Amino acid sequence: MRAILALEDGLVFYGTSFTGDGESSGEVIFNTGMTGYQEVLTDPSYAGQMVCMTYPLIGNYGVNAEDVESDRVYVEAFIVKECCKIPSNWRAKESLPDYLKRHNVLGIEGIDTRQLTRHLRLHGAKRGIISTREADPVALVERAKAIPVMEGQNLAAAVSASSPYRWDGTAPRAVSLNKDGSYDWPGVHTAPDGRGVRVVVYDFGVKWNILRLLEAQGMDLLVVPASFTARQVEQTGAEAVFLSNGPGDPAALGGVIDELAALCQRYPVAGICLGHQLLGHALGGKTFKLKFGHHGCNHPVKDLLSGHIEISSQNHGFCVDVDSLKDVEITHVNLNDNTLEGFRHTKKPIIAIQYHPEASPGPHDSRNFFHRFRSMVREELGR
Amino acid sequence: MPKRTDIKKIMLIGSGPIVIGQACEFDYSGTQACKALREEGYEVVLVNSNPATIMTDPGLAHRTYVEPIDPETVAAIIAKERPDALLPTLGGQTGLNTALAVAEMGVLEQYGVELIGATREAIEKAESRELFRQAMANIGLKVPASGIARSMEDVRRLGSEMPFPIIVRPAFTMGGTGGGIAYNMEDLEAICRHGLAASLKSEIMLEESVLGWKEFELEVMRDKNNNCVIICSIENLDPMGVHTGDSVTVAPAQTLTDAEYQRMRNAAIAIMGEIGVETGGSNVQFAINPANGDMVVIEMNPRVSRSSALASKATGFPIAKIAAKLAVGYTLDELPNDITRETMASFEPSIDYCVVKIPRFTFEKFPGSQDSLTTSMKSVGEAMSIGRTFKEALQKGLRSLEIGVPGLGKDFCGCPVDKEDILAKIRTPNSRRLLQLRQAMKAGLTLEEIHDATKVDPWFLRQIQDILKVEEELKAFALGGRINAADAACVALLRKAKEHGYSDRQLATIWKRDPLDIRQLRKEAGVLPTYYLVDTCAAEFEAYTPYYYSTYETGQELHTGTNRKVVILGGGPNRIGQGIEFDYCCCHAAFALKEMGLDAIMVNSNPETVSTDYDTSTRLYFEPLTLEDALNIIDVEKPEGVIVQFGGQTPLNLAVPLKRAGAPILGTDPDSIDRAEDRERFQHMLQKLGLTQPPNGIAFSAEEAKRIAREITYPVVVRPSYVLGGRAMEIVYSDEDLDTYFREALGVSGGRVKENPILVDKFLENAIEFDVDALSDGTDTYVAGIMEHIEEAGIHSGDSACVLPPHTVGGDIIQEIERQTMALAKELNVVGLMNIQFALKDGVLFILEVNPRASRTAPFVSKATGVPLPRLATMVMLGKSLKELDPWSMRKGGHVAVKESVLPFHRFPGVDVLLGPEMRSTGEVMGIDATFGLAYMKSQLAASNRLPSQGKVFISVSDKDKAGIVEPARILKELGCSILATRGTAEHLKAHGVPCEPVLKVYEGRPNITDQIKNREIALAINTVSGKKSIHDSKILRQTTLLYGVPYTTTLAGAKAVALAMKERSGATLGVKSLQEYYDLA
Repeated sequence: MRAILALEDGLVFYGTSFTGDGESSGEVIFNTGMTGYQEVLTDPSYAGQMVCMTYPLIGNYGVNAEDVESDRVYVEAFIVKECCKIPSNWRAKESLPDYLKRHNVLGIEGIDTRQLTRHLRLHGAKRGIISTREADPVALVERAKAIPVMEGQNLAAAVSASSPYRWDGTAPRAVSLNKDGSYDWPGVHTAPDGRGVRVVVYDFGVKWNILRLLEAQGMDLLVVPASFTARQVEQTGAEAVFLSNGPGDPAALGGVIDELAALCQRYPVAGICLGHQLLGHALGGKTFKLKFGHHGCNHPVKDLLSGHIEISSQNHGFCVDVDSLKDVEITHVNLNDNTLEGFRHTKKPIIAIQYHPEASPGPHDSRNFFHRFRSMVREELGR
Repeated sequence: MPKRTDIKKIMLIGSGPIVIGQACEFDYSGTQACKALREEGYEVVLVNSNPATIMTDPGLAHRTYVEPIDPETVAAIIAKERPDALLPTLGGQTGLNTALAVAEMGVLEQYGVELIGATREAIEKAESRELFRQAMANIGLKVPASGIARSMEDVRRLGSEMPFPIIVRPAFTMGGTGGGIAYNMEDLEAICRHGLAASLKSEIMLEESVLGWKEFELEVMRDKNNNCVIICSIENLDPMGVHTGDSVTVAPAQTLTDAEYQRMRNAAIAIMGEIGVETGGSNVQFAINPANGDMVVIEMNPRVSRSSALASKATGFPIAKIAAKLAVGYTLDELPNDITRETMASFEPSIDYCVVKIPRFTFEKFPGSQDSLTTSMKSVGEAMSIGRTFKEALQKGLRSLEIGVPGLGKDFCGCPVDKEDILAKIRTPNSRRLLQLRQAMKAGLTLEEIHDATKVDPWFLRQIQDILKVEEELKAFALGGRINAADAACVALLRKAKEHGYSDRQLATIWKRDPLDIRQLRKEAGVLPTYYLVDTCAAEFEAYTPYYYSTYETGQELHTGTNRKVVILGGGPNRIGQGIEFDYCCCHAAFALKEMGLDAIMVNSNPETVSTDYDTSTRLYFEPLTLEDALNIIDVEKPEGVIVQFGGQTPLNLAVPLKRAGAPILGTDPDSIDRAEDRERFQHMLQKLGLTQPPNGIAFSAEEAKRIAREITYPVVVRPSYVLGGRAMEIVYSDEDLDTYFREALGVSGGRVKENPILVDKFLENAIEFDVDALSDGTDTYVAGIMEHIEEAGIHSGDSACVLPPHTVGGDIIQEIERQTMALAKELNVVGLMNIQFALKDGVLFILEVNPRASRTAPFVSKATGVPLPRLATMVMLGKSLKELDPWSMRKGGHVAVKESVLPFHRFPGVDVLLGPEMRSTGEVMGIDATFGLAYMKSQLAASNRLPSQGKVFISVSDKDKAGIVEPARILKELGCSILATRGTAEHLKAHGVPCEPVLKVYEGRPNITDQIKNREIALAINTVSGKKSIHDSKILRQTTLLYGVPYTTTLAGAKAVALAMKERSGATLGVKSLQEYYDLA
């Protein structure tokens, strides 16, 4: 079925829908990862975005039950050069078109994705619309112009969990807090003193692999909604706070930032991606929007503490303005464009990185971040 | 940390001659390394015996030794040059093994030379099968179950313990040399005997087979701070069991999820650490069980490899250059990425296209060898292609191969193929399997059946099926008869076909049109290719390096500029007869053009080459060398000229059609090429000039051929008129032989040859052949080099050794050769290079062949004389005169250079090693010294024909050679060798006062000569034969010689040269001297 992709600036692409009839809109961005489309599709950070894969052959290994980062597909639409209809992989359970159809997400192919990517690189991320219904490209361009811009959008609230849950190793399990707001930490993990570190994880659209890796560090996790207050955190009996990744503009989460500022005074805190940006705000800094963002699995990041270079998984459209931060030491920089990739507070137990140490997709070079978090918390707690 | 300042002088070892498994890619890597090290201010000392390499051009290293690459010679160079460091990882397995041997001799310690890039321990750990297995166990990685054998007893013991099939992998070899797949004990013993001999340390591994598993490779780079990046992942279409060099391979990996890919990436990085590869590039191979994802490590190469070259060309990341810089102390984050300029080398390339590499085979040149692929590499070259989809890249790759197929499917006829027949064919991996997969689908086999028989991943099979679906659409559309540019459905289908990689030629066949009509149709319909960039980053950053591929997409990113420009058409995949020598010429054309201020536009499809390095030309098009693809580029570039005379036969074949299509051909007019190739026109020209050619005639049947042969008298040389490189060419001595030739070589008996007539030439027995390279500007001609063949006439000039200057003929003959050369150049109005082959018999010069183009010997002549022929030829083509350029004044003399050929017989068990009119060598070496004998000795050492100084020499020669063998035998005897000879030869030698012992021939009973060879008693074998029967009877003898690595010669001329060389060598040590010294540059 013929589909049209129209961008706000008038550029139009003609392709074919491999998921049937549909229409979708959002910010069009590109991702340069050559593998990992299933993780991309299920990453809540892509909410509000239509993702164009620069690698042209997508869907070759199908979709499996394990490589998911959430319980559904979050991208608004998926744009590829050529979609493979019959996958080949021993773990494949479903084809990519079937999977997207099941999740009601539009997928289009036959797009000159290099041309689209070059356009976005030169002119920045663009609002766009894809339709199999409207045949008039001019009308679609007009509608694309009417789509809200990413700046100022609080998307994290929309994708965040509605109530607290725990991680059972493979999936979330809803939990109920006690009347006084406390939580009966299951204590499945044992530390030398007999119990694991109790960590509240803010879900701004958390990728499951963050939970998997925190758990692997021997931590007890309680995942909470974005709306959770500092007071509520205190009531749970948590010992540390972890801020997840997520979509949208961090500056739009004013209420959350205030709560985080309070938490920073009392707890060891770590943040990834949106969590990193929110910490930047909570510590009095600012963020700005990157021209076309970082989305891929090949950016070199230098760990200034060790001197080591990590090939990193990246997915962010906003960036923390280094100069706006006080009492902060830069720990990681992007070697491609020298943007800030990580910092630590010089006085408080606060660390953050902009990219994705949980990978999924991408290289596992940065997993030590979770270890650093655990060491920081243990040191702070004296265990 | 910046580069090291404690080292000043670095030695590099090249990989020597082109052999199967080690080709131009090491010229590419060595050239990059030389440039990179020079750029950093280091003094570079290079040793490489291959004169046809860019790296051995005197401007690249400070000291260039074109000397044999053996531990003794390298040690002598170290003693003379006293380098601070030795970089062993850029010269292939040869470089690595030689460095290791020199280290073991204690030479490095003695002179305080540091191995950089890889330590001795790391090399041993990676190359020793046993140490490697232990290392993998240390880091928890699985390897296939295996055992190590160091003797035949070990082999038999392991063979009885392990399940067949068993994979044999010798240690310290490349290209799977000496390896194979054994299905039974007999196979196993045969393969292992060969393998033990091939291994540097007589160590082989017997490995439980994982045949049919999916095969992957990762190219890894590591710096001294343990920063690792993966440059490229590669997935093999052919599953485990076929050497990766013989496999169709695809980049990036297609069928791995991110989780699976990352597991492999983590393993590769762990391996780098455990093996201890300090810095540089390595290649790690994995196998994955398609049923459950089990992963095993197959092997790793702690050096830049063929796959590295492929990965470099596939991604644009200059692995060798970066490896060289890492070796001198830089880290990945200190080195910029040349392509994006703004990013650093410490990243992993992301590509937004699909790359396919297809190997090129030449089984037809080795009758008696089996066309089956195993773990021992047999391909002689490869083509790489780039497309936005696998389908497009696959079809482009097939037409890049130049094996007469314009893509998948040649004639598209509905010829019925028997299911069982084709199933049997595809079950055994072979050189035609990719094409057979299509036939299998055509025959109605299901993808499941095909997968079961081949284990080719279903993803690849479905892609091929998709291509076939378009074929069906095209056929169906043809019936509708609406093939015109005004028909929207036609235009849409045309575009779809192009997106699926269909060539105009394929469309022409299906739609029964002329390919140029399809081209016209496309132009009218606006179905034109666009050129996209290879930029290492999937368009995320702006790219500055103009490296393009064609595709049928909507964008435009080509910038052709307004400068004057010239297109150079390259040589395509390496094959026997067309290899690095032509790439050498193309590179020099590019260098010369750039120097003159023009844009050099390179077109080539061979990923191994220097010509496809991104900084050789101004713009690089990685494209097939077909008329369609060349014209498309000419259309967008609109060059002022196209150079076709440097890339060998491939571009030369395009000369006339290109000219007809209006392309401006530079240099010699295509009509002159035709005049030299067309038999009749050639004869007229020779008559006009009063020059002589051997008596000849044209025959359409065996009877006609016999009549001609009797008229011009036997022996005669016969060949079909269309062949190149001596295909199906034979020397026949009788009517009976001629009948056999028609029956066996041509498949014709009694009747007439259908299309191409047979050429019958008088064979000039015992004539001396000469190759002459000349450079002409149309007015003046510079005779650049006259090379006298060592072997007598009848042996293909490409397989013959030759010496420059000639050493057995007088000045009058030289003058006559020069006179005739100049007359021919003038008559053909040659502008550029030309090559002529002469034969001298009884004082008469005969002209055998004239080629108005660069020849295989152009680099050799350039190096031997110090006159850069291809460079000057380029300038001449652009209008400079020879008077102005004055090559005469550049010429260096006072030394003798010998070119020797290197033959791949050990790769093709069962093949006779006799030289003949069909060319079979893959590469060449140069020996250079003050006298013929010493230069010849060096050439033999360089070609791994390690002539002894003592020991038993076996001699068995044909009757016609008996008189001639006495003198060389006497010399050998005087040198203290003892001589063994077969009955006839022994009698003759004794009668002429040369004492010798008799020995039995193969069919005369036991013990015979082969027993002595097997007992390693023979130091040198001299065996000449003539006539079918004696050739047949002595074949086993020569094969045994080959298998046991005994130095040998199969010609009388060779025997004479060998004796002379051994005589001059005795008592003297071979000296080493750099080209810079020969050229008085130092």
